[in-house]
Amino acid sequence: MRLFKDTLAQKTMLVLTFIPGLIVLLMLVGLFLKARPILADKPFFSLLFSSAWSPLKGNFGLFPFIMGTLWVTFVALIMAVPVSLLTAIYLSEYAPRFIREFTKPVIDLLAGLPSVLYGVWGVLLIVPFVSRILAPLFGAQSSGYSILAGGLVLAIMIFPTIIAVCLEVFSSIPYEMRETSLSLGATKWETVRYVVLKKGLQGIIAAVVLGLSRAFGETMAVLMVVGNIPRVPKSVFSGGYPLPALIANNYGEMMSIPLYDSALMLAAATLLVVVLSFNILARFILIRVERKAE
Amino acid sequence: MTLPLTERRFIRRKIEENAFKVLMAASIFIVIGCLLLIVGTIIWKGLPALSLSMITQTPKGGYYLGREGGILNAIMGSLYLASGATILSIIFSLPVVLYINLYTKKNSRLAQWTRFSFDVLWGIPSIVFGAFGFIVMIFLGLRASLLAGIVTVALLELPIMSRAMDEVIRMVPRELLDASYSLGATRLETALKVVVRQCLPGILTAVLIAFGRGIGDAASVLFTAGFTDRLPTSLFQPAATLPLAIFFQLGTPFPEVQERAYASAAVLTAMILLISLLARGLIKKSTKHIVK
Repeated sequence: MRLFKDTLAQKTMLVLTFIPGLIVLLMLVGLFLKARPILADKPFFSLLFSSAWSPLKGNFGLFPFIMGTLWVTFVALIMAVPVSLLTAIYLSEYAPRFIREFTKPVIDLLAGLPSVLYGVWGVLLIVPFVSRILAPLFGAQSSGYSILAGGLVLAIMIFPTIIAVCLEVFSSIPYEMRETSLSLGATKWETVRYVVLKKGLQGIIAAVVLGLSRAFGETMAVLMVVGNIPRVPKSVFSGGYPLPALIANNYGEMMSIPLYDSALMLAAATLLVVVLSFNILARFILIRVERKAE
Repeated sequence: MTLPLTERRFIRRKIEENAFKVLMAASIFIVIGCLLLIVGTIIWKGLPALSLSMITQTPKGGYYLGREGGILNAIMGSLYLASGATILSIIFSLPVVLYINLYTKKNSRLAQWTRFSFDVLWGIPSIVFGAFGFIVMIFLGLRASLLAGIVTVALLELPIMSRAMDEVIRMVPRELLDASYSLGATRLETALKVVVRQCLPGILTAVLIAFGRGIGDAASVLFTAGFTDRLPTSLFQPAATLPLAIFFQLGTPFPEVQERAYASAAVLTAMILLISLLARGLIKKSTKHIVK
């Protein structure tokens, strides 16, 4: 009887184990099935690279939104990568124990804050900051609801991802390697630069890619500060309209206009494909790094 | 006076070392400062607008024009939704994690693939979960409801919870399992009576982390849970959620209502802080009584 229970549990658990993989597949298939009506209407590439967005006339060019997403992500990465990389180096190589212990909850909390709160904070602080201080500084006019504001908020949101993955990568580098470098007379920074960064390069790339894909799909926080103007952005001070924001903003009316829902699902599917491929790439790199360390 | 070449080079290396130290200190300062700034700003803006009636009443007529009422509907909705999703998520993640750690060989291919797919699932943006949940909902002929929201958020929580549990259960010492097996326990008995007990605080932490994520997520419930001013009384009614309440209130053109958005944000912040404090306390506890 007990053995039977054990076997039964084993079978059930085995079935359940296939669920996560299955969900990913289902999502892909489901979104693409829903996107099919619009793909039947217009070729895929003309949808991706057309700037005409007027759902009422049946024009669904996703190009401005794709550019919006790219701009925001790019701005966020430029700001987030140096800061989080230096933080990770400090935490893994320099920091005394108590600072490390103190910083861990901070990073966890930063990762755990809901994106709406980032959005509220962005509206309260970053948007006025951009419109009153940063834009005049560069001689530009801006309402503050801009690519730059979105990028700034996003940068903070992806700190934890990049820092955590980098820390993991650095800790997989054997300690003896650092000792060798130090004993040859290298300074601590030189050891970091020529040993830790060099050995960890692949892992760092993976960390950045993971941060990038997180930024790519972030919705609410960006939606609240980016301005939502369906045009290809001209500078970081103009408003943009990233893909996730497009989906979130229009769910209400999408059922009432023909092909609209299909276009939005195509947007979601595009998002999914991009994020999936980035993620898979990064995870493969990380698995390889881990294996080497063992 | 010129110093010898080696001397100068030494000074340059020293300067480089110190310059990067300063940069690193600045970076970590930025990271910590950002968190303090975010939490500080929201509490500072939100507290003055917060009142008892805000968290004990549902919105009355004209609430979004600045009239009376509160956000009890959203607070309760979020709690119902996140609790339901968390329970559903435990049902699916705990067996999987136990399976890949106890039933398969260490680092088997299946375990690796499962971890991999959890990681990939983790990376999927919540808006895509929302869109997917929406499709499934339409396919099943459901309307935006608490149930649809729960299912979608459960999907979102699944990878977070599983990976956190996996980290703890992986750490269970081999000897403990062997001891259990040698007493004649089956793997199921070992899993439920030894491993789960041993890791209980860690598992609860994983649950809390996922719960916090579920409470805070807006993009996935936007499509699926709907929004209402009433308290949900059944699974098939739409439910309001706190993040969406914040979003909608902030979106109105009236300053009084926007003030309330800040107050609601302060409530959400307090909830998240509380949850993460609890989780942290549990981590401390979990490392205390564990057989090492």
